[in-house]
Parts: sequence; C-alpha cells; structure tokens
Amino acid sequence: MRAHARVATELRTLSDGTRRSCVRTLRAEVPLVPRITMAKGPEPWAGGAPEVARVCLAAGAAGPVGGDRLHLDVDVGAGSALVLREVSATLLLPGPEGARSCTVTRIRVADGGTLVWLPEPLICARGADHVNDVRVDLADGARLVMREEILLGRHREASGRLRQRTRVRLGGKPLFHQDLDLGTTDARSPAVSGHHRAVGSVLVVDPEGAVAPQAAHRLSGEAVVLPLSGPAVLVAALAGDNLELRSGLDAGLARLGPPWSPGRAGSTPIGAEAAQEASHVR
Amino acid sequence: MSGSAASLLLLADGRFPAGGYAHSGGLEPTVAAGRVRDVETLEAFLHGRAVTTGATLAAFAAAACGAFGEHDDALLGTLDAELDARIPSPAQRATSRGLGRQFVRAFGAIGPKVPLDRLGRSPHHPLAVGAGACVVGLDRHGAALAVLHDSVAGPVAAAVRLLHIDPFGAYAALARLAPLVDDLADTAVLDSLGDAADLPARGTPLLDIAAEDHAVRQTRLFAS
Repeated sequence: MRAHARVATELRTLSDGTRRSCVRTLRAEVPLVPRITMAKGPEPWAGGAPEVARVCLAAGAAGPVGGDRLHLDVDVGAGSALVLREVSATLLLPGPEGARSCTVTRIRVADGGTLVWLPEPLICARGADHVNDVRVDLADGARLVMREEILLGRHREASGRLRQRTRVRLGGKPLFHQDLDLGTTDARSPAVSGHHRAVGSVLVVDPEGAVAPQAAHRLSGEAVVLPLSGPAVLVAALAGDNLELRSGLDAGLARLGPPWSPGRAGSTPIGAEAAQEASHVR
Repeated sequence: MSGSAASLLLLADGRFPAGGYAHSGGLEPTVAAGRVRDVETLEAFLHGRAVTTGATLAAFAAAACGAFGEHDDALLGTLDAELDARIPSPAQRATSRGLGRQFVRAFGAIGPKVPLDRLGRSPHHPLAVGAGACVVGLDRHGAALAVLHDSVAGPVAAAVRLLHIDPFGAYAALARLAPLVDDLADTAVLDSLGDAADLPARGTPLLDIAAEDHAVRQTRLFAS
C-alpha cells in the first residue's frame, strides 16, 4: 500500500483581531487519516489555548505491513503552532513476501512556528522490517517538541527489525542526527540497547534558549537529559516496558521547566507565545 | 591501500602519545553497570560498538582525510558540525574534542611537517586522525581502519584491567572481529564519498547514558 498525507497550518488574524493557528491543508489517504481534534488529555505546553491548531492522526488500516510505503508531510507556517498527536499506537507487521515497509515523515517549521509532535509508540512485531525516516527542517526561530517511543515486540514476543532515522536541521545546519537499528543481534549489544524492550526519546528545540539546562542530568532508571551542542535538549531513555519508558521521558521533560514540563500548572501556553512572537515579527 | 603500512601502524598504535590509552570507550561504566562481565559479553559490546560508533567515526575520519588532502576547509567545518549533531552526550563530545586536541599536539611534536592547525584547537578525534592519516600519506581507507581499530582495541586493552578475564580470551574476541573491521572500513570509505549530511549516524543509547554516568563518577580508572 502507498499513501501520502499532508498537514499544513498557518497563522490567521480573525475578524475580531485575534490570531489563531488554523489548519490550511489536511490531506488524508488511507491508512494515514489526519483529523482536526480537540485537546487529547492535558496539554500543559498549549494550556488549552485556541491559538493552537490540533490534529490527530488515525490509522485507517492495519500496519504498516511489509511492502507499505507511507509518506507524511507536515508544514507549520510562520508563527503558527500545531499539536500533532495519534489516536493509537502503531503496530509494525511483516508482509506476506517479507518486503520492508517504510514511513517517511517530512516536517518543516517556519520562523516563529511551533510543532509539538507526540506520536504514540511504534510496536515492532516479530518478523517486521521497517524503516521510520523522520526529517525535520526548522527555520531559525522555530520550536519543536518531538517524541519517539519504540517497543521491541508485543508482550513476550521477539522483535522484528526497526531502523529509526532522525535528522533535524535548524536554520539549515545539522542539530541532531541519529540512526537506531533496533531488534537485531547487534542492537542487543550492551553498547546499543542491551536487553531493553522499550527505547525512546523526546527532543526539545528552542532557539530562544529557554530550554537548555547547562549540564547533562542523570535520571533514575536508564534515562538521561542531554543538552545538545545547539539550542536543544534530548531526553533519552531505555526501559523494560512502555510505562517505565514514558515515565522516564516525562521525568526528563519535568527537568526542563515550563512550558515543556508535563503536568505543571501556570505555565505560559506556547500557542500564545508563538502568536505574540509572530506579531513582533510582522 | 596507498601509503605506508608503517604509518598506519604508527597511527593505530594504542601507545601513540595522544592519550587514547586513558580511555575505555565506554567500557568502564558498562562494566560498572554489570552489562559486560566476561569474554562473551565483551565480544557483544565490541561488535555493537564497531557497527555503530566505529562505523560512524570511521566514515568521518575517511571524509576528513579526503577534505584535508583537498584543502577543503569548508568541508572540514561542515564535518565538525555534522559530527557534533551525531553525539548527543556532552561528555562524549568533550572526550572526542579532548582526544582530538591531544592528537593534534602529539602529531605536531613528533615530526610530520604539515601541521594540523587548520582543524582548529579542539577538533573531534576522528577528524584529527583523518587529517593526520592524510599527512603521513595514508588514504581514506587507512584513516577509516585506524579509527575502527581504535574503537575496538581501546576497550579490549581496558577490559583486561577492568575485568578478571583471561587476556588471551579478550584478544581472541578482538581477533574474531578482524573481518568485520575490514568490511566496515570499506563501507566507511564509500560512505565518506557522499554528501556530509548523509554520513552514518549510528546511535548508541546505552553508551550515551553510560558516558554521563562515568563523567560524574568519583573513582574511575579511565577518563571515559
């Protein structure tokens, strides 16, 4: 199966003078079905602000299964803010002929734009062979929160192979490049992921510099907050299961302070900030 | 491979006075965490490190060897930024630049007439080795081999001190990796010929965490 879906936002000024992020393009092709939604659970970084556009990706079919090629384009326009989530976890399955499946996600965030991308876990079933290729191009003043969670096999199941490729560029310069080749004998090396069945990270990019802690911070379990060489922080974690992984990542985010930390009241909604910034620019 | 075999041996020698012998390549914190205990787990560690960190750094060394030979300083700068983006751990970035600085200093002191100053004061280690390989007449393949060898031979030398294991067994594990190291060096050369943005970026989540554990440890035998 081949599918190409697209989500694009822009900042619009309404008739009453208020500014809000609006979805400009929403193109669905099964199994990639993006839908405009209300807030799903607490969103401390958005604070329920109307300025934020919210889109949830639903899966219109099982998979991806071996042989599928899915393509998702995300364009966040200047000054706009998009919270992109998923309805459910994605189960990667082998195809009938052992072919590889592949998901390519291309993200562009324009100046003053903010993308909060919180997909649900990728679960790599036995026999699957999947490439998840994520390329993000951030303009100089763009912000990003991006989560990746990978589960190596369903409950008590051996894992298939998952190649997770992440490339993030800020203002055209490399910011974070990492390829993980998981579910293989090499990956079970004590240098790579060992016996852990859940691997994940959250990348937070904030060129305003509000995010960067000065030093790395070790959290309990196998989780760590790593300041990158650019204006960004990576929370990386490995765990035995998804719950432990999520709590490790959340603990890392909590170290960053508002508005990035989850569950903290009184933080400034990023949508409001983004709209404000955009009004300075124009 | 063009260039002299003796030059390659000089660069790849763990006793080269650039400080490499003070590092365990993440093995010490991995041993402390109980993940490497014996020859079998050491071999799995080495294998995993060779195909990830080793392969990535070897491609950068090969690319730096080419860029230095072609006087392409802009590309050297790009390689530095691309490698920074591939090392999420601040402790590992500091280690890489520290070793690079020591390499440039040692290299300047021991003779070859072309200085490595063009790399800046604290280049990443594989870029310094790649440029050094170029100066002593080695090609991209030699640069890749030197870095790959270092990525596994360093931890083996450290293993003998960190673990109560049979040194012959540890070096037997290293010997079994030789065909893999050769393959990875060939691949690194091919990778190095493409665009710098497409150079390998193989991640090692456990080593990233281990590096930060080690950086704050009070008592340790190796610097990394």
